[in-house]
Amino acid sequence: MKSGQEKVGAVLVVGGGIAGMQSSLDLAESGFKVYLLERSPCIGGVMAQLDKTFPTNDCAMCIMAPKLVATGRHPNIELITNSEIEKLEGEPGSFEVTLAKHPRRVSSEKCTGCGICAQECPVEAINEFNEGLLPRSAVHIDYPQAVPLTFIIDKTVCIGCGICEKMCKANAIEYDQAEEQQKIDVGSIILALGFDEFNPEIKKEYGYGIYPNVVSSIEFERLLSAIGPTGGMVLRPSDYDIPKKIAFIQCVGSRDEQCDKSYCSAVSCMYSIKEAIIAKEHTEGLDCHIFYMDIRTFGKEFEDYYNRAQEEYKIGFTRSRPASLREDPETKNVIISYVENGEPKEEEFDMVVLSVGIDAPKDAITLSERLGIDLNKHNFVSTKKFSPLSTSREGIFVCGAFSSPKDIPDTVAQASGAASKASSIISSERGKLVAKREIIPEKDVRLEGARIGVFVCHCGINIGGVVRVPEVVEYARTLPNVAYAEHNLYTCSQDTQERIKEKVKEHDLNRVIVASCTPRTHEPLFQSTTSEAGLNPYLFEMANIRDQCSWVHMHEPDSATEKAKDLVRMAVAKARLLEPLKKATLDVKRNALVIGGGISGMTAALGFADQGYKAYLIEKTSELGGKVRHLHYAVTEENPQDELFALIKKIENNENIEVFKDAELLSIEGYVGNYKTKISYENLEKEIDHGVVVVATGALEYEPTEYSYGEDRRLVTQLELEKLLAEEKINPKNVVMIQCVGSRGESVSYCSRICCTTAIKNALQIKDQHTDAKIYILYRDIRTYGFMEDYYQKAAEEGVVFVRYDVDSKPKVEITEGNLKVSVKEPNIDEELRLDPDLVVLSVAAIPDPNNEELSKSLKVPLSKDGFFLEAHMKLRPVDFATEGVFLCGSAHSPKFIDESISQAEAVVSRACTILSKDYLEAEGVISIVNSDICSGCETCILVCPFDAIDKDDKKKAKVNELLCKGCGACVAACRAGAIQQRCFTDEQILSVIRSAFQEVEV
Amino acid sequence: MEGGGILPDFEPKILAFACNWCSYAGADLAGVSRIQYPPNMSIIRVMCSGRVDPIFILDALKKGVDGVMVLGCHPGDCHYISGNLMAERKMRWTKELIEKAGCDPRRLKLEWISASEGERFANTAREFTEQIKELGPLQKEDKEKISAELKAASKVVDESRVRVLMGKERELVEEGNVYGDKAAQKDFDALMKGILDDEHTREKILLAAKAEPLSIKEISKRMGMPSQEIGRHVMWLRHKGKIALHGIEGRSPLYKTVEVEV
Repeated sequence: MKSGQEKVGAVLVVGGGIAGMQSSLDLAESGFKVYLLERSPCIGGVMAQLDKTFPTNDCAMCIMAPKLVATGRHPNIELITNSEIEKLEGEPGSFEVTLAKHPRRVSSEKCTGCGICAQECPVEAINEFNEGLLPRSAVHIDYPQAVPLTFIIDKTVCIGCGICEKMCKANAIEYDQAEEQQKIDVGSIILALGFDEFNPEIKKEYGYGIYPNVVSSIEFERLLSAIGPTGGMVLRPSDYDIPKKIAFIQCVGSRDEQCDKSYCSAVSCMYSIKEAIIAKEHTEGLDCHIFYMDIRTFGKEFEDYYNRAQEEYKIGFTRSRPASLREDPETKNVIISYVENGEPKEEEFDMVVLSVGIDAPKDAITLSERLGIDLNKHNFVSTKKFSPLSTSREGIFVCGAFSSPKDIPDTVAQASGAASKASSIISSERGKLVAKREIIPEKDVRLEGARIGVFVCHCGINIGGVVRVPEVVEYARTLPNVAYAEHNLYTCSQDTQERIKEKVKEHDLNRVIVASCTPRTHEPLFQSTTSEAGLNPYLFEMANIRDQCSWVHMHEPDSATEKAKDLVRMAVAKARLLEPLKKATLDVKRNALVIGGGISGMTAALGFADQGYKAYLIEKTSELGGKVRHLHYAVTEENPQDELFALIKKIENNENIEVFKDAELLSIEGYVGNYKTKISYENLEKEIDHGVVVVATGALEYEPTEYSYGEDRRLVTQLELEKLLAEEKINPKNVVMIQCVGSRGESVSYCSRICCTTAIKNALQIKDQHTDAKIYILYRDIRTYGFMEDYYQKAAEEGVVFVRYDVDSKPKVEITEGNLKVSVKEPNIDEELRLDPDLVVLSVAAIPDPNNEELSKSLKVPLSKDGFFLEAHMKLRPVDFATEGVFLCGSAHSPKFIDESISQAEAVVSRACTILSKDYLEAEGVISIVNSDICSGCETCILVCPFDAIDKDDKKKAKVNELLCKGCGACVAACRAGAIQQRCFTDEQILSVIRSAFQEVEV
Repeated sequence: MEGGGILPDFEPKILAFACNWCSYAGADLAGVSRIQYPPNMSIIRVMCSGRVDPIFILDALKKGVDGVMVLGCHPGDCHYISGNLMAERKMRWTKELIEKAGCDPRRLKLEWISASEGERFANTAREFTEQIKELGPLQKEDKEKISAELKAASKVVDESRVRVLMGKERELVEEGNVYGDKAAQKDFDALMKGILDDEHTREKILLAAKAEPLSIKEISKRMGMPSQEIGRHVMWLRHKGKIALHGIEGRSPLYKTVEVEV
C-alpha cells in the first residue's frame, strides 16, 4: 500500500470505444495525463462497425473519425493497445496498475500504416471486424481509419513466412516481440469496456449458424456499410441475391429468461428500425417487417423516427415473438412461425435479421476480480441511482454500456461524466503531468520572397510504385520560388522530420510543402515540424498525391505522374501566398453559472466546486430540489428524499457554491470564457462574471385535459399518487393506471421515457403497502429499458395486470353516480374490459418549460421542435450546445431519470472543465476576418454563420468573434461586398490554385 | 476428369525437364549406351529440377503436350544442395492443380535419375510413354475448355501468395519459420490446399465472368459450387478490384471481370 503518498494527476481509461475516447479527450483537455488502455489492436469499439446512427442517420465513421484522430494525436493521451490490466495496487488518488502488453510484432514507432505487408501476406483469416464476411490477412488492421494506424500480426494464423518483413520498407516488422509488463501510476480509473453482442447461436430455435439467410444485426450492419463486404449493397448470404422481404426479430438474447438475459438491451428497437430504414434506402422495392414485443423508442426524437418508419418508409410491425424459424431447403427462404392475436401464423422471408441483445463484456468477471469491484447479477458493473458513475470501489468509475445497456448519446454523456468524477479526486494535481508546450521563436518571413521546400514522399511503394517520384521532384525544382526539393521513402518518419528541419535551415526555406498522403491525418504532424523548424505552422501546404492520385490511378503511371506534378504545382501556387497566422488568445473567467436548482443543476454546481471552480447556482423558486422534491420512492433501494437533502446540505455548505433562490436571469452578455450576467434574486440584483453557462432548467409535468382529470379527487397523476402514498393517506383496493397521457401523439408526439417505470415503481409501492390491492396498468408499449425490465417482471409476478390498448381505442374514464368506471379494449380480446377502480392514476407526459423559448433567445441556443433544448450533436455532443461555452443537462435536454440527469450534469462539468482549466483560450487559426472599410453592414454573414460568431460593431459593421469562429468560410462565400476573407483560404490563394491547375505558375 | 481408353494409333507428345548434372547426363548415358526408348519424349535441359516452374508444366499441357516429366538428382545428390527437394514439393502442388483443371495428375511425373542411370532413364521414358498412351490424348474434343482450365491453374500459380508459400514450404516445414517454429506438414498442407482451392475458385470465377456479366447464382450453377461460397469469393474479388458490379437483373446483381491492361 502506498499510504500517504501524493496524488497522481493521471487517469487510466480502460476501453477505447466511443466512451473511452470521450473520457480521455475530456481529461486530456482539462489538464490530466491519460493512459487509454484497449484490449484490441485499435481504438474505435463497436461504433466503428456501425454504418449509420439513429435517429439522424449520420454516418458513424464520419462523425467518429475526428475523435479517433484527436485521441490518437493528443499529447496528453498515451494509447496502450493490445493490452490488459493484470494487477491493481494502491488507493484512490494513487493507484499502481500493472498492465500486460501483448506483442504486436509490428513496431508502433516505425509502422507508417502503408499496408504493403497486408497486401503481400499469403494467409487469409477470419475478419472479426467484418463479422467474418470478408477475409483479412494475418498481418492486418481492423479498418482503414484505425487508430493507431499500426498493423498487427495475428500469430494464431501467421505461418511465419517472413514475407511482410521483406516487403516492409520501414523495417517495422519485429517477429521477436515478447509479452511485456508495464506499470503505471494513476490517480483514478475509468472503466469503459462497453459490451459484447449476444451470441444468437444460443437460441437454437432461430437456426442462426445453420440457415445462411439468418444473420445477426451486427452482421447486417456490415452489409449496409459502404466499406463493408458487399460495398453497401444488401445481399442475402445464401446466393447473394438482393432480398425482397426482410424480417427483423427483436429481443434475441434480451427479455428472455430462457437464455438468462432477463433485461432489455435498450437499443435494439431503435437500431432495427434504423437498419430497416437504411436497407430500404439501399434497396428498391424492399419490404421490411419487424417482429417485436414492445417498441421501445423512448429517447429524444425516437418516437418520430418510429412514426416515420411506419408512415414514410412503410415498415411493417407485428407484435409477436416468433416461436421458431425454418428454412425452405429449395429457395433457402426463411419461414417464421408466430402467433398474432392468438392465431398461429406463418410467413416467408428472403432473409431474417436477429436483433441481438447486449451482453456484459467477456472479461467483465476477471476484470472485476482483479479490480475488486462489484458486478450486478447480469455481470455488468453495479452502480447506484444517485451515483451512476461510481463503482463499489472508491477511485474507480464506470461509464457507457458496461454499467447498463445504453445508446451512444447516453454513453458519451456518461463518459464525460466519469471523466469529471475521476478528475475531481485528483483536481489538485491538474496540469502537473501534461505535456508542456514549448514555445519556439518564429522567423519573421513577411518581407521575404517565398523560398519553398518540396518534400515528395514515396510512401514505401504506395506512391513510388505508381508515380515516378524522382521525376516529380525534378519538376518541382523548375517551379517558381521552389528553392529546394527532394524525395523521401516516408516523409512522415521521425528521421525525415529532423531532415526537413535541417533543410529549412540549410536552404533558408520559408515555406514547406509535403507531397504525400492526406492533410486530414498528416497535416498536424508536418505543421508541428514546420513550427519546430522555426516557421509559423501556417506556412505549410500539402499535396495529396497518394489517396487522391497513386491509389486511384494504379494502372496509369504516366497519367498519375503528370497528375502528381499538377498537384505539386497547385500546392506551390498556394504556398507562395501563404502568410503566417497568429491564433487569438483570451483569458478565461474560471467559474460557472448554473441555471436551475434541480438535481441536474445541483449536481453540476457541486461538480464544479469539486473541480476547484466557483459555481453560481440560480433557482427560480424559493427552494432547491426541483422535481425530485416530489419523489418519495425510487424503483431501487434508495430513498430520493434522503439523497436529495444530503445533496442540498452539501451545496449549502460548500464555499465554492453561491446559491440564489427566487432568482431570475435578467440579461446575459459575452461569449465563451467571458460572460457578464445580471440576475435578480430575493428582490436584489447582482452582476456575475463567469466563463461558462449551464442550462439545467428541467421539464414540467403535463396537466391533463383528458380522462376527466380534475373532476374527481380519485383521479390523480403519478406524482400526486406518490405524495398520497408517502403520507399514507390512501387505502386503495382497486387501482387503474393509464399510460401515455399526453405522450406519444396526444399533446406531444414524443415518448416521455420515465412514465412506464414510474407506474411500475408506484404499483410495486402500492403492493408493498397494500398487498391485496388490485392494480391494472393500461399501456401501449411497456418501455422499461435496460435493467428496469426486471421491475416489470417483478410487477407482473406480484399480480399487477398489464392491459394493452391501441392508440385508436383509448381507455374511457367515466364518473357515474359517484363511482369511477374505466373501460378498455384489449386488441386481442373481443370484449371490452370494464373496471371499477377506487383510484385512477394518470401517467402524464413530461413537457418542456414554456420559459425555454426566452432563455434560448438570450443564450442564442436552439430548441428542438418539441421545445426542449437542442444540443450540438444528437449522438456525440449530447451536453454541448453548438455555441461554445454553453451546456445543457437533465430534463431540459429531454425527459430523464434521476441517474441519467446526474450523469449528464457530471458530463457538463467535464465538458466545461476543458474550458475552465485553460490558462487562456486559443482560437482557431483559420478564421474569417472582416475588412470594415468595405463592409456594407448588410448582415448576410450574421445570418449564415452557424456558430453565431459574427456581430456588429458600434459602426454597424460586421465583426468576427475570433474565439467563436470555427473557420468554415460560409460568410466569405456569402459576403456581397467581398469584405470578408478567410485566412489560409483567401480568394487570392484559391484563385491562384485554380489558375495553376491548368497552366504554369505565373512568376 | 478425363476418361481413359487406349487409342491404337495415338502417339503422345511428351516433354521432360531434366537437370543438367544428373538426369540430363543420365539421358546422355542412355544414348551412349544405345538403350532404345520411344521417340515421343523430348528433353528440355534445365540446370536444376528446382528451376521448373509449375507454370511451365501447366503451359506445356495447355499447348498440347500430353505428359510432362520432371527429372532430377536423387535426394542428397543435388548439385545445388536442395533444388530437387524443392522441385518435389512444388510438383506435389502442381499435380493438385492439374487435377483441379480436370486433367489426370498422372500426366505429370517426377523421377530421380542419376548420371549413371542410363537404363533407368530409358525405362522411365518407356513406362511414362505407356502410361500416357493409356491415358490417351489430353485435348480430345473439349480442347478449349481444358485450355481455359489450365490457364486458370497457371494464374493460381502466378498468385504471389501461392508462389511465396510454394517457395518457402521446405524452409517452413523443415527448418523453421521466423519465430523459430517448424510447421507440421499436415498443417502446411491444409493451409496450402485451402489457398489453392480459394485461388482456383477465384480464377475460375474471373474466367467465367470475363466473357459476359453473370449473377452469383449463374456462376455457381456453371461451376457446380454452392452460391454462398461463390458469393464470398466474388465479394473478395470485388474488394480487390478484380471483378466489378455490372448491373442488376431482377434481384440478382451481375458481375463482370475487370480487364486490366498490362
